[in-house]
Amino acid sequence: TQSSAVVETILSCCRPQYHSPLAARCYSHGKQETDEEFDARWITYFSKPDIDAWELRKGMNTLIGYDLVPEPKILDAALRACRRLNDLASAIRILEAVKDKAGPHKEIYPYVVQELRPTLSELGIPTPEELGIDKA
Amino acid sequence: MLRLTAGRLGSLLSRRAMAPLSISNTRMASHGHEVSEQADMSVPLYWDRRDTPLPDRPYQDTLSDADKSLKQKEKGPWNGLSNEEKLALYRIMFKETYAEMKKPSNEWKTVVGGILFFIGITGLVVLWQRIYVYPPPPHTFDEEWEAKQVKRMLDMRVNPVQGFSSKWDYEKGQWK
Repeated sequence: TQSSAVVETILSCCRPQYHSPLAARCYSHGKQETDEEFDARWITYFSKPDIDAWELRKGMNTLIGYDLVPEPKILDAALRACRRLNDLASAIRILEAVKDKAGPHKEIYPYVVQELRPTLSELGIPTPEELGIDKA
Repeated sequence: MLRLTAGRLGSLLSRRAMAPLSISNTRMASHGHEVSEQADMSVPLYWDRRDTPLPDRPYQDTLSDADKSLKQKEKGPWNGLSNEEKLALYRIMFKETYAEMKKPSNEWKTVVGGILFFIGITGLVVLWQRIYVYPPPPHTFDEEWEAKQVKRMLDMRVNPVQGFSSKWDYEKGQWK
């Protein structure tokens, strides 16, 4: 139900974020985390107002370690975290990492950039293509 | 490893000849033998890794004054930065871009070339061996002996159904 989802999200803010995500474990028993829960958890992580640089790095490195390309809304929260930390370079690095994560699926990255375009324009984050660093 | 210390080498050779070895002298003086440089693993490291985009520390630790003022500017709106400034900020933080990290090298050509080269050398060794090392072949390989051997096998009817002798036409006295 909606109220229980809201309670889950609030509780997940208070809960210390050191446990491994449910989605990464192949339990035959126990509740499987849905995609929405996964996304919500990560958005909450990056949306912490006083997130510090270590938490940003840890979060991004962990997220990139998963077998998935993060949803644009998670990346939006991560880019805003970079803004709070005054770290433009990491924001560009995140975009590079997303493109690399997509691997052979070349249609994913343009989609992500398209979804993030309002945020990129608002914060003034260039894409690697705009800086010309997408080619060696 | 070298047994001579820097001091002994210095007295044996002139100062000028020692110049190329002088870099290792400082290490040799403290250790008594050559030690290779090792990264200090007790401090945050930098890395360029595709699977770990944000390393523990920025690439450039010590910033020039221009870089420092750029870092100050970074605290304001990023829309006010030019593309060159944004690129400079990236390069302060990171050594290689993802594209540079993923760039293929030509190492495979060296490896394949090396393999073929050493196979070639092996071929030459085998050839030399064949000519200079092998003793003369046994007399049972002479043409005359082998002809007699074939005749004996046919007379014995070796494998007459589907094998050796089945290929010989006994009426006509020739191979089928």
